[in-house]
Amino acid sequence: MPVAAIVDNYRGERLDALANFHGNQILYLGWDHHLMFCSPVALPVPPDMPFGKVIGELMPGAFSLHPEFGQIDWSGVVWHLNGEPFTPDMDKGLAEQGIDHKSIVRFATPGLDGIGGSGS
Amino acid sequence: MSKVYIALQDNEESHYIVEAIEEDNPDATVIYQPAMIRIENEGFLAIKRETVEEKMGRDWEVQALHVNLITLGGNVDEDDDQLTLTWNQ
Amino acid sequence: MTARKLNLKDKYRLLTRDLEWEYSYRDYEEIFKQESFEGIKITDWSKWEDPFRLTMDAYWKYQAEKEKKLYAIFDAFAQNNGQQNVADARYVNAIKLFLTGVSPLEYQAYNGFAHVGRQFGGVGARVACQMQSLDELRHVQTQIHAMSHYNKHFDGFQDFSHMHDRVWYLSVPKSFFDDARSAGPFEFMVAIGFSFEYVLTNLLFVPFMSGAAYNGDMATVTFGFSAQSDEARHMTLGLEIIKFMLEQHEDNVPIVQRWINKWLWRGYRVLTLVAMMMDYMLPNKVMSWQESFEVYFEEAASALFKDLARYGIKMPDYAATAIAEKEHLSHQAWSIFYNYGHAAAFHTWLPTEEEMDWLSEKYPNTFDKYYRPRYEQWRRMEEAGERYYNPTLPMLCQTCQIPMGFTDMDDPTLVSYRQSEYDGDRYNFCSDGCKDIFDFEPEKYVQSWLPVHQIYQGHCGGAEMEDVLGGYYRINLGTDNLDYKGSPDEARWNDWHGLETAEEKLKKAS
Repeated sequence: MPVAAIVDNYRGERLDALANFHGNQILYLGWDHHLMFCSPVALPVPPDMPFGKVIGELMPGAFSLHPEFGQIDWSGVVWHLNGEPFTPDMDKGLAEQGIDHKSIVRFATPGLDGIGGSGS
Repeated sequence: MSKVYIALQDNEESHYIVEAIEEDNPDATVIYQPAMIRIENEGFLAIKRETVEEKMGRDWEVQALHVNLITLGGNVDEDDDQLTLTWNQ
Repeated sequence: MTARKLNLKDKYRLLTRDLEWEYSYRDYEEIFKQESFEGIKITDWSKWEDPFRLTMDAYWKYQAEKEKKLYAIFDAFAQNNGQQNVADARYVNAIKLFLTGVSPLEYQAYNGFAHVGRQFGGVGARVACQMQSLDELRHVQTQIHAMSHYNKHFDGFQDFSHMHDRVWYLSVPKSFFDDARSAGPFEFMVAIGFSFEYVLTNLLFVPFMSGAAYNGDMATVTFGFSAQSDEARHMTLGLEIIKFMLEQHEDNVPIVQRWINKWLWRGYRVLTLVAMMMDYMLPNKVMSWQESFEVYFEEAASALFKDLARYGIKMPDYAATAIAEKEHLSHQAWSIFYNYGHAAAFHTWLPTEEEMDWLSEKYPNTFDKYYRPRYEQWRRMEEAGERYYNPTLPMLCQTCQIPMGFTDMDDPTLVSYRQSEYDGDRYNFCSDGCKDIFDFEPEKYVQSWLPVHQIYQGHCGGAEMEDVLGGYYRINLGTDNLDYKGSPDEARWNDWHGLETAEEKLKKAS
């Protein structure tokens, strides 16, 4: 039963359908153990945006206020896509490497564990 | 046994009600917090009209409890003579 | 019959049950169209009993008494410039959150009970819903009235109902009620009678209001306690309807259990706001969120579920998560609002050193380990003239709509992520509770109006943050939002108290 409703076969409007974002898709980015950013962030991005731009442009915009941001060794970062281990291809577009609408890209930076190692 | 509880606004009228509750429920615990009085007891608590009237020195209807009530916990049963709170387990 | 006074039971029978009539020219199903679609089976409405046996005449009498007491205190508060006597102007921000986030829910409850009161075949339940509907209208009116006094002296109160329908964090309480009101009548009763009254208002209107009193806010504590005295009746009604459904038919048990699971979690998530109001927004401390939670949630819920065990009802699994989160919830909530203080219609601030020490003492397992370092970093940034604000919009949970700030209780430094795929799309959640609610009724929650996504779709006034916050939300930028430090509220407060000092000096001089 997809919903209890007074009419049969009730179907709800998909408010966040990809088509509603004017050519963009929603990408969620979360930096593990850095909860000074209280939650992962949400960004509208073109589906063909190369992953390199995520690191080069989106990450600094979202996370550079953290004192550890400048120390990140991007070659040692551990990535997860929607909960699964993942190795991004810097040159390929997001959609092309399976990062679809409302996907979560999480990254951990071993050795950098937040303010004083507190996870913040 | 779980605790039933009732909380009343901390005011003149409630003081008489609390006195009556203490008399009728000798095991109850009375806790004073800012602006409120919380009374809790294992399993059962009764607020009896007769005792409250005796403390106040005038007629009092059980339903007038609502004027000073803040909250309560437990199964409620109310009639002309008393309001009781109970947990069955 | 002699002219003696009727006793309570007879009066209840005559003034409630006796109002019912036989339906002679229409079918029952046609009159009460919404009574059966949720799968709840009622075989005998006459078994319904209102434990308070409240009749309309007594209702008017005692409600009028409550109102008289209440308005006497509002008048006294206003006449004595009560706004100057609260513990600290920071406190007033909790009241702004109350007016924008909670009072409109009272209005929703009024509408909701007026609606479901029409849907039940039993006259006892209909009369109880009618009274509750009136109660809720009284609550919204008295709350607006009490807080209108603050509107004369502080920022952020002016557009509460407009904001309630639009502002990102207010979508949390708003969507809670939208969810309840778009459910069937029996689910609504569990949602509001059980979750909202039993779980939510008991924490908001009892320990928080006691705290308001301790912080000098006589107007708020009075409307709070006055409302809660009605809520005590509502909680009893909520519990009564749960027991009634369980006793009517065994097929009702799994349905009721699922609603209890769902609404306990929904209500608990809304309490996130109350957690931070308790721990961070009351300058004079009475009890911590954790302490209140233990008394009004854990103790109360365990008593309730023990009592319901004889019907085969169990404590929801999610309760264990809620209990584990009690040492984290308020800190995570305040972090969210500190991050997005530029986008809120009230002020945020860093706890003082003394307040942090109190938090360490109350949260010995978590505060110093996880949260104090964060505040110290933010303080370093503030001292450097760069008060931290998060520059990017947050990811929200599809169900509760709260930014994904809750963490995994096995590792509290990791965000708790849950995901479902439905009809070709991904949906994201903060918890098992929120995910399960979606998974059971996805066609309902695909419609969630998530404020962040709505901004990105261009439905909130424009592409620039000023368009959204100033234009669409109607936050007076630079006045209602940002840190308490440097706000016009702070300047006024200091001015009042400076003036008092000057007067005292004059007195002494003369």
